[in-house]
Amino acid sequence: MLDQADGYMTADGRQIGPVVMEMKNITLRFGGVEAIKNISFDIREGEVRAIIGPNGAGKSSMLNVISGFYVPQDGQVLYKGVQRPQMRPYQVAQQGIARTFQNIALFEGMSVLDNVMTGRLTHMKTGMFSQALWKGRAEKEETANREVAERIIDFLEIQAIRKTPVARLPYGLKKRVELARALAAEPSLLLLDEPMAGMNVEEKEDMSRFILSMNDEFGTTIALIEHDMGVVMDLSDRVVVMDYGKKIGDGTPDEVRNNQAVIDAYLGVAHDE
Amino acid sequence: MSNTLNGAGGLTSVPALLHRNATQFGSAPAYREKEFGIWQSWTWSQTNDEIEALALGLLDLGVAEGDFIAVIGRNRPYLYWSMMAAQMVGAVPVPLYQDASAEEMAYTMSHCGARFVIAGDQEQVDKVMEIQGELTEFEAMIYLDPRGLRKYDSAKLTQYSAVQEAGRSKRAALEPEMKARIAKLNYDSTCVMLYTSGTTGKPKGVVLSNRNVIETAKSSSEFDDLRQTDDILAYLPMAWVGDFIFSVGQALWCGFCTNCPESADTMHTDLREIGPTYYFAPPRVFENQLTNVMIRMEDASPMKKRLFDYFMGVARKVGPSILDGNPVNLIDRIKYQLGEFAIYGPLKNTLGFSRVRVGYTAGEAIGPEIFDFYRSLGINLKQLYGQTEATVFITAQPDGEVRSDTVGVTCPGVELKIAENGEVFYRSPGVFVEYYKNAESTADTKDAEGWVATGDAGFIEESSGHLRIIDRAKDVGQTGNGHMFAPKYVENKLKFFPNILETVVFGNGKPYCTAFVNIDLTAVGNWAERNNIAYASYQELAGHPEVLSTIQSHVEEVNASVAQDAMLSDCQVHRFVVLHKQLDADDGELTRTQKVRRRIIEEKFSDIINAMYDGSDTISTTTEVTYEDGRKGAISATLDIRDAAVQTVGAKIAAQ
Repeated sequence: MLDQADGYMTADGRQIGPVVMEMKNITLRFGGVEAIKNISFDIREGEVRAIIGPNGAGKSSMLNVISGFYVPQDGQVLYKGVQRPQMRPYQVAQQGIARTFQNIALFEGMSVLDNVMTGRLTHMKTGMFSQALWKGRAEKEETANREVAERIIDFLEIQAIRKTPVARLPYGLKKRVELARALAAEPSLLLLDEPMAGMNVEEKEDMSRFILSMNDEFGTTIALIEHDMGVVMDLSDRVVVMDYGKKIGDGTPDEVRNNQAVIDAYLGVAHDE
Repeated sequence: MSNTLNGAGGLTSVPALLHRNATQFGSAPAYREKEFGIWQSWTWSQTNDEIEALALGLLDLGVAEGDFIAVIGRNRPYLYWSMMAAQMVGAVPVPLYQDASAEEMAYTMSHCGARFVIAGDQEQVDKVMEIQGELTEFEAMIYLDPRGLRKYDSAKLTQYSAVQEAGRSKRAALEPEMKARIAKLNYDSTCVMLYTSGTTGKPKGVVLSNRNVIETAKSSSEFDDLRQTDDILAYLPMAWVGDFIFSVGQALWCGFCTNCPESADTMHTDLREIGPTYYFAPPRVFENQLTNVMIRMEDASPMKKRLFDYFMGVARKVGPSILDGNPVNLIDRIKYQLGEFAIYGPLKNTLGFSRVRVGYTAGEAIGPEIFDFYRSLGINLKQLYGQTEATVFITAQPDGEVRSDTVGVTCPGVELKIAENGEVFYRSPGVFVEYYKNAESTADTKDAEGWVATGDAGFIEESSGHLRIIDRAKDVGQTGNGHMFAPKYVENKLKFFPNILETVVFGNGKPYCTAFVNIDLTAVGNWAERNNIAYASYQELAGHPEVLSTIQSHVEEVNASVAQDAMLSDCQVHRFVVLHKQLDADDGELTRTQKVRRRIIEEKFSDIINAMYDGSDTISTTTEVTYEDGRKGAISATLDIRDAAVQTVGAKIAAQ
């Protein structure tokens, strides 16, 4: 386990920074159901942090707590060292947290480019009126934002569908567009809710490559929920394992893989040959 | 530059041409590339600066004269500049196929002993890293796109922009050396080395001199009236000789603009945005585009579809004549103009062909209806015949003399001769210098007088003076009557029917010709569906009497067309069989690139072939097949042997 030091060095030589987000003794209830029971963990700057667990373990609830969509009944959420008050989703976005959804939530009728541009919304300062006139500052601002959007389109290799309405795209590409939109916000923390769900092997490989190079290129801190164990173990620096709302493991992929509680609960009980 | 004054007005090297363009057309666009959604462009004088900076940087890295510099990546201005920068410092650029595997690259790079590599992106860098242990001469690599490369060990890696930066900052010290090396270049200096694709054996490095490239660029540009204001789209592999001639040779000679697409996937969008005036594509690109148009028209509203069908009828009737400048009556002209407004114009715009003045296709036979479709729209699509060893151009079709079954007249400066066995030989200023480190192959291909064997059999058509390629020379034989037998010539004609997927024609040393036919399951299956014909398998559909009759009518049509040809009239197909299985690479009947392997097929189906010659009407046979998972099985069938009507050509033969 890690202590509260200023960071650590990963196996592939990346320097991981201080804690960005810290969850302290989080408990979340829906009526009588305890979805999350007294969980604590942290996310450090520059790392890829995974939350795994079987169905119904409370992973998505946890992500929603991180994103500020759910407010836990007990416990504290510290973002950059400050306790986070209750916030509206747009305020969360302004804080530099972006996310993708398990069930894609794009604007189906709009082009890919326009969808990516909506990710830039929090970076636009000019008012509605001057944007409508599209003169002076508004024009400059749009050009600058378009450039950021285009760099992300280039990065995720979706140039060929730039002008295509999202509704016409296959599932795997929609996922990528959603990632592009989240990335366009230049988030300091990016939350990915099952980024590989429903993808074939090749699409998963592509997505893994993008997640890794995103982290590498932009230094984006990433927290992801994922079912596919192989993917999680390859991608993440540290993994939190949940089962029935409780944390049963936390550590590097290797530590988690050898944790007996995790093996029993999630990976299956090992048999002697 | 006074000391290089010889040859084409002193323009005897790539740097000399570049210098001329930077002076004469300094502010005209030389290269464009779409990046981040915007077309970025560089003028000739900017291009010259970029290349000089890189060349100086190469000197700084220690590139010596005569070094080979491998260039790998997709079509990007920076990589074209890399090749020219290499030439500026007296090195030889070797563009390699970007989709080559690491082992293939290991072979070519160690064969030429490349000391330096300029790679497009991480993918290419990874491949070179993987094989660097085998490359004894390899010293340093320059990469273009830094993405994903930050963590790489930097000892052998330098970023392209850093090389240019170093070149710029040390300009004063390095420039005299660069100038001295440029001054040493002459018409016989090596311009580029290109590896042949190596379908037969190991790839061979074809060395082309400045003379080869510049003379060819000059004469071909004049042949097609290429202008400084032309635009081309560079999207075919940089390692292919055609791309080198179009995007470097002719581009430099004429000073026109080379446009690079944003990525391979966006090629069609970029084509539409640029609207090239000079365009090249292999037949399959045209085929795919036509299929896409037809599929989209199927989904169009009935009104649009009727308009399209009507005007395409008009276009087929008079379009090619109008393009060739032949007389066409006024009513048809008016109809064609209306069609241009309503259909052809918008269609050409969608395809990106609105501005095409000169379009070429080559590489393999193109279906006449595909060819005519584009020509009827008013697109000046032509055919050419060439190979790497000739610096592309051997023959090409002049404007106004375009047909789908010839490859045109000899290009300026090219001499042609047909050997006894029908093999085509040529001699031209474009004839390659040598195969690098392979004197034996050089001597086999090029004789002392400079004649080069193409390996293709063909003949000059007397009526038009055009060359017609009929087959690979080694497949050409004689029928029992002593006439020329060229199977591929007949096979291509048969394969132009959508119902026929593959066919093999026999007849070498036999009294008459026969054929195997594979039906196209998509096309014939579609037809069966529309006509309520139920079938359970390929075998059943292939044996259906109506299918056999349809194929028979196709064969007879081909016979009628083959009979027109005095030399090849004996290649008419007398009897044929629709095979009970598809020829398959898994069974060894086709190569992995889907070419038929005649010898193996002849052996494997010898019983069927014998039956076609002993007069039987049916043949029962059992054939072993290999399933995709490697298991073996056998299918047996009784096949009908059909007789096809043939045209008598006694009169024509007697007249010869």
